[in-house]
Amino acid sequence: MSTEATTETFDTEPIVVEHPLVEFVRMFLRNKAGVLGFAMLLFIVLTSIFGPLIYPVDPFEIVGVPVSPPGEDGWLLGTDSLGRDLVAGLIHGSRTTLAVGAAAAACTVIIGLIIGALAGYYGGWVDNVLMRITEFFQVLPNLILAMVLITLFSPTLITIVFSIGIVSWTGIARLTRAEFLSIREREYVMAARSIGAENQRIIWHVILPNALPPLIVTAALNVGVAILFEAGLSFLSLGDPNVMSWGALIGDNREAFFEAWWAVTFPGLAIFATVLSVSLIGDGLNDALNPKLRER
Amino acid sequence: MNEKTPLLSIQDLSVEFKTRDSVVQVLHGVSLDVFEGETLGIVGESGCGKSMTALGVMRLIPMPPGRYKDGRILLRGEDLLQAADQRIHDIRGNEISMIFQEPMTSLNPVYTVGNQIAETVRLHQNLGKREAHDRAVEMLQAVGIPAPERRVNEYPHQLSGGMRQRVMIAMALACNPSVLIADEPTTALDVTVQAQIFDLLGDIQERFNTAIILITHDMGAIAELADRVVVMYAGRRVEEGPVDELLQNPKHPYTKGLIECVPHLVAEPPEVRAVLPEIRGVVPPLRDLGKPGCPFAPRCDHVVAACRTEMPGAFPVGPDHQTACWLYSEGAS
Repeated sequence: MSTEATTETFDTEPIVVEHPLVEFVRMFLRNKAGVLGFAMLLFIVLTSIFGPLIYPVDPFEIVGVPVSPPGEDGWLLGTDSLGRDLVAGLIHGSRTTLAVGAAAAACTVIIGLIIGALAGYYGGWVDNVLMRITEFFQVLPNLILAMVLITLFSPTLITIVFSIGIVSWTGIARLTRAEFLSIREREYVMAARSIGAENQRIIWHVILPNALPPLIVTAALNVGVAILFEAGLSFLSLGDPNVMSWGALIGDNREAFFEAWWAVTFPGLAIFATVLSVSLIGDGLNDALNPKLRER
Repeated sequence: MNEKTPLLSIQDLSVEFKTRDSVVQVLHGVSLDVFEGETLGIVGESGCGKSMTALGVMRLIPMPPGRYKDGRILLRGEDLLQAADQRIHDIRGNEISMIFQEPMTSLNPVYTVGNQIAETVRLHQNLGKREAHDRAVEMLQAVGIPAPERRVNEYPHQLSGGMRQRVMIAMALACNPSVLIADEPTTALDVTVQAQIFDLLGDIQERFNTAIILITHDMGAIAELADRVVVMYAGRRVEEGPVDELLQNPKHPYTKGLIECVPHLVAEPPEVRAVLPEIRGVVPPLRDLGKPGCPFAPRCDHVVAACRTEMPGAFPVGPDHQTACWLYSEGAS
């Protein structure tokens, strides 16, 4: 058993330490579709930030003859059935869409994460109670519940964000729970406990960082779902009447579809492009965060 | 040595697990003492309750389904089984630390090793980020990791198994605990690295005067490191004694069997090489442990009538040496 060797000998090969963030960016850049999605989203985000400065037209103002086709009368994408400028509508609508999409997805993730983490970590009756609540929300029809919530309270952006959050957190909760169930049995969790870490610390600092990759991907896809949801609510005139949104544009012009196809088509394309970009990013994130696809 | 009061004293520890249809007792009145600065070896086959004893001391047995049925665990006279959770969090990593079998999986993959050592320090001592980081470098140095300033920023997957076990030891020792529980610390490592880790443990003991509970089934490691040995079988302590006495003069048939099973590293021509002895049979399934009689009886070559009916108590067989076997009861020849 005795030995002369008291120190390990090490190869002289240089140790390449790549910060995980650097590795993540490198992996993400390898997915061309993801990069395309990121470029698209970047364009939309920049439009929403700088668009109103470059193109200062009020989206609610009646600027010309209704149903003026794209390119005529000086309006790039024409006017809608009320005579409002469509370009201004799209620009201002992007703000609503992105804000609601991001905030609602954040709301979804926060609710789902807390419920799923507690259920998966503690198990037992905590898990039972929380999962029954989750199932209850799962069987409720999402759109109807959101509509009820928005009608009960006022149709403001805040209400809309929370309504979307409240109806769509169940998927994240179940995913988080599954991750926690698996990770809480790992040895490093036991090791963390053995150095004196408490439950809260283990949940949020030990297990959660290891559970993040699939959650980040799902969260990105949830942004797309939230955007569609907001568009759907606006289409049904349940959006905030004080802000322009793509869904509202489609809803306001749906009866004039045959006279003013552009007033419905362009907002629709904008929604499509945004949701597509978010999905592509989600896909790219999946590739970048999935350890099985790394090291190739 | 026994006149001193023990640092850690496990008294009559019984632990049971509730399963779907029955209650299984995995520890049956285990008692052992650990004195300051000594190494206590716990040996036995897999499934004998060695790790369960270790987890029991740390209060790391998952509950439910586990439950302390009986007993006391005294750390400097304080009963850990009665202590509040907060107190236990303070003790873990600070007064009693543990290193695990699997260095490959016991480090958190998303944090640097320095971060994880610093974490231990920051949980127990009021240190700033910078000081904790410096302490981590210092600890890596102490466990013999070269270029610690650089290694401190590496992730576990960048280190070999032996290096990771060194990091685990650094983590466990970062707060200078008085007891270190090493649960088969080298089982997952290859022999040369095993030797290095054992050397390191011995070295650490000298430097920090840490009491070590070494759980292993490697008799060689016991001979090398331990001062006293406890042999466990089927959730019970079957023999205890000073290491030299126990290895040279084992009493319990199970201890004898374990020692005989160790292969000897002597070059012998194949014709004279003896067949490596083994203990026939296997450790009984946990659900059979509640049956009366000595649990080793079905595998034992020296069974007497009492073995089948009653579990023997501990009989003294030498200085500080006792064994739980009817062959050594008073009046037995």
